[in-house]
Amino acid sequence: MNELIRKLVEAYGPSGFEDGVRELIRAEIAPYFNEIRVDAMGNLIAHRPPDADGPGLKVLVAAHTDEIGVMVTHVTEKGFLRFTNIGGVFPHNLSGSRVQFADGTIGVIYWERLDDHTKVHPLSKHYIDVGATSRQDCPIGVGSAAGFTRSFVAQGRRLTAKSMDDRIGCVVMIEALKRLTSSPHDLYFVFSVQEEVGTRGAEVVANALTPDVGIAVDITPTGDMPEAPTLAVGLGQGTAIKVKDSGMIAHAGLVRLMRQRAEEAGIPYQMEVLERGSTDARSMQIAGPGCAAGCISVPCRYAHSTSETVDSEDVEASIRLLVEMVSRPIQL
Amino acid sequence: MNELLKQLTEAVGVSGEEKEVRLLIRDLIRDYVDDWWVDTMGNLLAIKKGAGVLNWRVMVDAHIDEVGLMVTEIDSNGTLKFDPVGTIDDRTLLGKVVQVGPKKLTGVIGARPIHLLKSNQRHSVVKAEDMRIDIGAKNKEAAGRQVKIGDRAAFVTEYEEIGYTAVGKAFDNRAGCAALVELLRGEPYPFDLCAAFTVQEEVGLRGARVASYALRPDVALVLECTPAYDLPNERDVSPNVALGRGPSIYVMDSQTIQDPRLVAHITRTAASHNIPYQIRQPGGGGTNTGAIQRAQAGLPAATIAVPGRYAHTPTIMINLDDYANVVKLAGVVLRELTPEILMRNA
Repeated sequence: MNELIRKLVEAYGPSGFEDGVRELIRAEIAPYFNEIRVDAMGNLIAHRPPDADGPGLKVLVAAHTDEIGVMVTHVTEKGFLRFTNIGGVFPHNLSGSRVQFADGTIGVIYWERLDDHTKVHPLSKHYIDVGATSRQDCPIGVGSAAGFTRSFVAQGRRLTAKSMDDRIGCVVMIEALKRLTSSPHDLYFVFSVQEEVGTRGAEVVANALTPDVGIAVDITPTGDMPEAPTLAVGLGQGTAIKVKDSGMIAHAGLVRLMRQRAEEAGIPYQMEVLERGSTDARSMQIAGPGCAAGCISVPCRYAHSTSETVDSEDVEASIRLLVEMVSRPIQL
Repeated sequence: MNELLKQLTEAVGVSGEEKEVRLLIRDLIRDYVDDWWVDTMGNLLAIKKGAGVLNWRVMVDAHIDEVGLMVTEIDSNGTLKFDPVGTIDDRTLLGKVVQVGPKKLTGVIGARPIHLLKSNQRHSVVKAEDMRIDIGAKNKEAAGRQVKIGDRAAFVTEYEEIGYTAVGKAFDNRAGCAALVELLRGEPYPFDLCAAFTVQEEVGLRGARVASYALRPDVALVLECTPAYDLPNERDVSPNVALGRGPSIYVMDSQTIQDPRLVAHITRTAASHNIPYQIRQPGGGGTNTGAIQRAQAGLPAATIAVPGRYAHTPTIMINLDDYANVVKLAGVVLRELTPEILMRNA
């Protein structure tokens, strides 16, 4: 599984420019579906009709393919790039980090002269250096998007990379598919776009499909590091069943069922209440006529940095819970 | 003198009260479209049937509303309290003339004369909630006979051309409306052109949202006027877009990442027809593309805009060559639009 994770997390895919990631995933899932399509926004939608032992519900499962990144707003006369954020980019993670553009160009981010090193400086005080010496010889123009780069590291159970948010969710879905033997449900596995800029991809998918149940698979921050924000979720403590975040109160019946399925199958789990942040499930819940929405979360330290860290046992638990949820009847 | 721009910018249509602009546009387009109607929210929707080459529906949107003010209270002295409709910088309001209500009464947003300002007041910003519109009424009763709570007030700037520059109010987005009117007056397109002159953009992209459900297009193009900030700046981060450098093409704003396939089609088409263009600096702001892209099952959508200085103030300035190039570019972008452009390579 680590090779699949490596392949996905190291791929380029800032929000709006997810084509490369989508094609990697399409190749992985192609054997398991007769019907795979891409919609107007770029969501990859794979459909698996119910097996004979139906009838089940129409179930939408989604993990997002996009990652945070930056976009060029200005090229200076000397060929340095000014930029804005794509999604939630923290300025204090920037200095010295590297980004990659669609054409492969690598850029180094650094800051302007700082008068006060004790303060966090906004994005506008940073620039990208791609090795150009003038605006004319700069290979990158205004409007170009870049993603951060960092190689994948596996250290025992701990896996560290950029874009674990949410390629690890994509991996959970792909692995669940491989293990899924039968399902009473009309299943739609969706690898969505533009989550980081406002859960936009999932919104149109849910509009179009009008599912009965929507389950997002995403990461959630943990509270088990030194002086960390108060969060009950810990790394290595099992998959996290979302109860509430700042965009959604998960469907109570679905939460109960996730918990029950985890108990029955002996899957380690923890309950998640996230005060800041949300997932594709928030869009699914209120799109079109609405649906019962919930989220299976993979606990992840250092979200939105280039060293997002998950635990392989939590990943395993998340895969198992997803399989339990989609292979057995859902009564709400 | 561009009569179309003059007529459209001088018409009054603060968000939610767009009837005057809608009627004007209806009369400008009715001879050039096959069907038109007005929906519940007040959007003017029109179909120009295609030449039958493509079984396709292409939506072109331009919002017809403009930012303005709404009367919220009449004070005992006959002056009018107001709230902004859409986003307005309070600092641009003091001392301006407005036209109030359906009778278009002249009002002045009063300011304390500089002679009577204390030195600390000279350096502070007056908030809109502390300003009043003065219509010269002697008391509350007299004002109440002329104006009702809920009446809109619009800016008053006569359209004027200074060489290749035009000055007026409401270029955001009557410039887009004028361009769409010109597009409708052209020969039929290879597909059905669904024109949407939409309401309430300035208060949250509300008209376009329902219009895109009603028109059920396959693809959409939004025509806009985008704020230009191209005055001299010491830091190496500007301009966002500049007057005279051509149509500005959106890539990303606070509401959308524009469809990259359409953006590529637009820039390629501009280059092949030698039409100048500029990429609008990605960042804040938003257009109807935000609502249209996410309607239904999602729609490929992109934006072409006329750069305008001093947007959302009583006076906007545009470059007439930029405007002409937006009309030209939008025209060829539409005529050369094919389903292949939207095919994904895998």
